[in-house]
Amino acid sequence: MKAPRTVSLTVNGETLSGEASPRMLFADFLREVLGKTGTHVGCEHGVCGACTVIVDGVAARSCLMFAIQAEGADVQTVEGLADGDELHPLQKLFSEHRALQCGYCTPGMLMTAIDLVNSSDSLSEQDIKVGMSAALCRCTGYEGIIKAVTAYAEQVHGKPVKQESDNG
Amino acid sequence: MKPPPLDIVTPSSLAEALSLLSAHGDEARPLAGGQSLVPLLNFRLSRPSLLVDLNRIADLAYIKDGGDHLAIGGMTRERAIEDSDLVRKEVPLLQEATTQIAHLPIRSRGTIGGSLANADPAAEYPAVVLALECELVAQSVRGERQIKAADFFEDVLTTALAPDELLTEVIVPKAPSGSGSAFVEIARRHGDFALAGVAAQITFSTGTPTDVRLAVCGAGTTATRLTVAEEIILQDGVGAEAIKAASDAAAQAVDPMSDLHASAEYRRRLVGVMTGKAIEKAARRAGVGV
Repeated sequence: MKAPRTVSLTVNGETLSGEASPRMLFADFLREVLGKTGTHVGCEHGVCGACTVIVDGVAARSCLMFAIQAEGADVQTVEGLADGDELHPLQKLFSEHRALQCGYCTPGMLMTAIDLVNSSDSLSEQDIKVGMSAALCRCTGYEGIIKAVTAYAEQVHGKPVKQESDNG
Repeated sequence: MKPPPLDIVTPSSLAEALSLLSAHGDEARPLAGGQSLVPLLNFRLSRPSLLVDLNRIADLAYIKDGGDHLAIGGMTRERAIEDSDLVRKEVPLLQEATTQIAHLPIRSRGTIGGSLANADPAAEYPAVVLALECELVAQSVRGERQIKAADFFEDVLTTALAPDELLTEVIVPKAPSGSGSAFVEIARRHGDFALAGVAAQITFSTGTPTDVRLAVCGAGTTATRLTVAEEIILQDGVGAEAIKAASDAAAQAVDPMSDLHASAEYRRRLVGVMTGKAIEKAARRAGVGV
């Protein structure tokens, strides 16, 4: 009953498969079975956001999914962002705005931000702060991250991000 | 921080899921979005031997216009509810509350049925279905029944659902014309569980409240209606004094717990403040000045 099963899925456009026991979390499957160690594991209960990947077009915590639930899924991870040595536009902006220090949270930050920016073409700076609160960073103080994601939203949607006061 | 040994079955139909739950009894747990259950498994606070994964049952995820109500399938993702124009137009309270649930990547997978069946005292949806007087449809191999929201929440993480029953649909009455609503909560950080939250749905006729629904979450073992505060607003309207009296009544009505995040006394104060804010916002949205 609890024997490993084969899971087949698409990761960054590539069709892959591997064996997973039923209790294996999707984050561990990505890292340990498929060797996609770009996805990081932090809290393992859905709070920190480090393991966030894009599953069938939307960001999700890979530590709160079982590997076998990803059967047939179309998944994007941080490894799929850069094109060879050419960084993804959001990665370049993270670099320009000093949006990372140790880098542990960065894969989850990037995947969270891509989904957030895709989710609406009228995000305000406050929406970006709220949206990016889905992922925790213990180094940067967030200012660089907010600046990078704001610049990315402006790039993607071709218009300035509305500033508004933070009234809670 | 890994789940205990368990097996997962992935039925493709509701009938198959119900017979699995019936056959395995207490050993099995349904797996909806997993955003509360999987953390519990990772912490080993829950140790079922079998998970019945509902995620491949396509006909449990829908938002249908039923005339005077919306019918929302139990496996409908919170994100689908948040993005639904139909929900925004017909039940703005549900839409506003949904945006306050955790974070976007959690709402990508979290479901309305899962959140209600989990019955976390601090969760938003229980307060919403109480305020809107929703009917919850439960199915099992024994048949189907409708449970009033008021009869559904029994205790912390405990509902009227039997172990073999699934919450398959939520029947949400449309907001009446002339009504206004608000969902107001306070948390330490956006996305954290609310220290206290209040749902308000108030119907007015030429500036006078004719139907007042207030429900609170985060301040007791279950979400509850704030009936004394409702009665004050119904009798005395939405002037500053009535709102103050209703807020005080709300604070008196709840029995919050102290924990790491807030003392019971502080939570009680917050319930009062959130109640006042929710009433004011709902009235303003109905075009009634306060």
